[in-house]
Amino acid sequence: MSHPALAQQFTSDRTRAEWHDRSLWFVREKRDRMAHGVPEWELLREHASAIKLHTMSQLPHYLEQFEKNAAARGIIVHWAETADDHNRIVYEILQRHGVRRVVKSKSMLTEECHLNPFLEKRGMEVVDTDLGERIVQLRQEAPSHIVLPAIHIRKEEVGECFHEHLGTEKGASDPNYLTEAARNHLRERFCKADAGITGVNFAIAETGGFVVCTNEGNADLGVSLPKLHIACMGIEKLLPRASDLAVFLRLLARSATGQPITTYSSHFHGPREGCELHVVLVDNGRSSILQSPDFRRSLNCIRCGACMNTCPVYRRSGGHSYETTVPGPIGSILAPVREPEKHSSLPFACTLCGSCTDVCPVKIDLHHQLLAMRGHIDAKHLLPVSKKLSMKLVSAVLSRTWLYNTMGWLARVSLKWAPRFAVYNPLNGWGRQRELPIPPSATFRQMFAQRRAGRKSAESGAAAPVAREGSKSREGSQTGGQA
Amino acid sequence: MKVALFVPCYVDQFYPQVGMSTVAVLEHFGVQVEFPEAQTCCGQPMANSGCMPEARPLAHKFIDVFDGYDYVVAPSGSCVSMVRHHYEEFFEHGDVRSARVRRNTMELSEFLTKVLGVKTIFGSFPHRVGIHQSCHGLRELRLSSSSEVMTGRDDLLKDLLSQLEGISFSKLSRNDECCGFGGTFAVAEEAVSCMMGDDRIADHKAAGTTVLTAGDMSCLMHLDGLIRRQKLNIRVMHFAEILSEAIC
Repeated sequence: MSHPALAQQFTSDRTRAEWHDRSLWFVREKRDRMAHGVPEWELLREHASAIKLHTMSQLPHYLEQFEKNAAARGIIVHWAETADDHNRIVYEILQRHGVRRVVKSKSMLTEECHLNPFLEKRGMEVVDTDLGERIVQLRQEAPSHIVLPAIHIRKEEVGECFHEHLGTEKGASDPNYLTEAARNHLRERFCKADAGITGVNFAIAETGGFVVCTNEGNADLGVSLPKLHIACMGIEKLLPRASDLAVFLRLLARSATGQPITTYSSHFHGPREGCELHVVLVDNGRSSILQSPDFRRSLNCIRCGACMNTCPVYRRSGGHSYETTVPGPIGSILAPVREPEKHSSLPFACTLCGSCTDVCPVKIDLHHQLLAMRGHIDAKHLLPVSKKLSMKLVSAVLSRTWLYNTMGWLARVSLKWAPRFAVYNPLNGWGRQRELPIPPSATFRQMFAQRRAGRKSAESGAAAPVAREGSKSREGSQTGGQA
Repeated sequence: MKVALFVPCYVDQFYPQVGMSTVAVLEHFGVQVEFPEAQTCCGQPMANSGCMPEARPLAHKFIDVFDGYDYVVAPSGSCVSMVRHHYEEFFEHGDVRSARVRRNTMELSEFLTKVLGVKTIFGSFPHRVGIHQSCHGLRELRLSSSSEVMTGRDDLLKDLLSQLEGISFSKLSRNDECCGFGGTFAVAEEAVSCMMGDDRIADHKAAGTTVLTAGDMSCLMHLDGLIRRQKLNIRVMHFAEILSEAIC
């Protein structure tokens, strides 16, 4: 289904859509307060953007530096060109260690590669240990947000889900009670796990180490008990220096959830004694984005989710309406870059308001990229035929002033004289919930010409009536009609 | 100073009084504007639909029509941002003529404050006004501070209106959220578009807005459409109409 259809479905439950909007706006406001508390906020954004652009421009160099330094620390580094390669590599490592049960902290990369079903099909149990992720996993859904995976689910629904899967009391919806139940359930899984998988927030080229940020400590729990830790990362997660973290860690949590810093920022610098630590570097289309001047900057993304929280469309259409792992503004670039046919409606699920660009901590020019993506969709002949044809027609009309004047007259006259049922017909998408403008009896250019002519004749002594300025001459005025 | 007026196509056809008010305001401050008759549209509807080949002739037409003026003034932040920020790809790199026109194309409040240096306006408008920050004026032309960015900026439109005697402003819970118009978005994503508009209107209603204004008639066309359908008692006016009514 296309975004408009799914969005309409979501808004049809107005109470839920309003609640969803308010929940995310709350996070956006928290982010604003936090950003206001950092006087050098805009400078930090500049720095972060510059560091990312530099890193991307030298990506092969920094990746090799990372590999070398990580290997020196005893970390085993793997390279995966595609999602399939990634899944296969992870599976082979697990298989070699005879792993049956895996605990996994939040990793959008493994979602992107659909690692869970891949491992489950091969007989392994994968438990997502982030609370939100566990909720959507139990409900057999995809996350609807990259930072707040279960933001679309109300606590009463979590209660139902936990009642069914974890045996909590029927009808219970107290967040403390439900969290406690999840905690006990997850503790048991942590203790039994044979391996822990995590994502990576930042990998550091000069040290060969990496950082995982969580609020629940689930990444740390998941990798501290088992003897095997596999960390999966997109190749764009790299930073050149450890000191760069001083910029990014300050931006990440403030942008994501309006916290000064995540509760846990865990630095991994090698395997524990007697254990193995693997890092899988995944490309999966990233190097082709890197080659595209229009969309290269999208690789700056640190997956904070701020663009989702601020997007007025995302907040009212829900993450699932995008049908992508990463939804919202950034997802509406990343998905159609890879699969334009499948995601051609996403760049249009946007009013080009630019709020995403202004919240982005790494200054991705999101709304300009979305506009550019629309051009790419057209160039690939993926626009709906009706849209393309109407734009051709409108362009032909607007290119000829006389035709524009004629068609404008025709539109105003037909709007004036056509009966209401004909104007507000089922095909009139504008008119379903809105009135059309009331057609005035004259255009601006007619009024202006009349006024100038009146003036001239007044100057030459003739007594022609002169329309007075602005609001006094508003014949056929409609905007003030409700006063 | 040779100043041309650019009136967006839909304003020409459906909101002539906004154009006339713009003329009145400019004349009040001593600027005699010309209206080049060949003008039609800046090409934004095509460009925002991704139809660059269809937008191109309109960009060229715009430059042809408005070359030779010191300034081009438009009562629209959206059309001005199209010209200033999105025309580059339609012209050869280093094209002097288009660069000149683009640089000199200005939104009305910008022209009044930055070029004419208008600081005081004598007039009265004893109403509670709710300002809708049109996104392109706000985040493309930076005519005010946007809530996302920590850099403070002057609010050009509000500063102008503040000069009027008796005027008061609504305090909104969301200062600069999009109204949901978005060009063809308004129809293609009708459900979300109307919900966004409803939410803006509810915010204004709660804040006691009696006159809703903005720098772009397109946002107001969408909001006015909802207001009239719901028979709400909010008057919708472009800020040029407020100025012209207050001054005269």
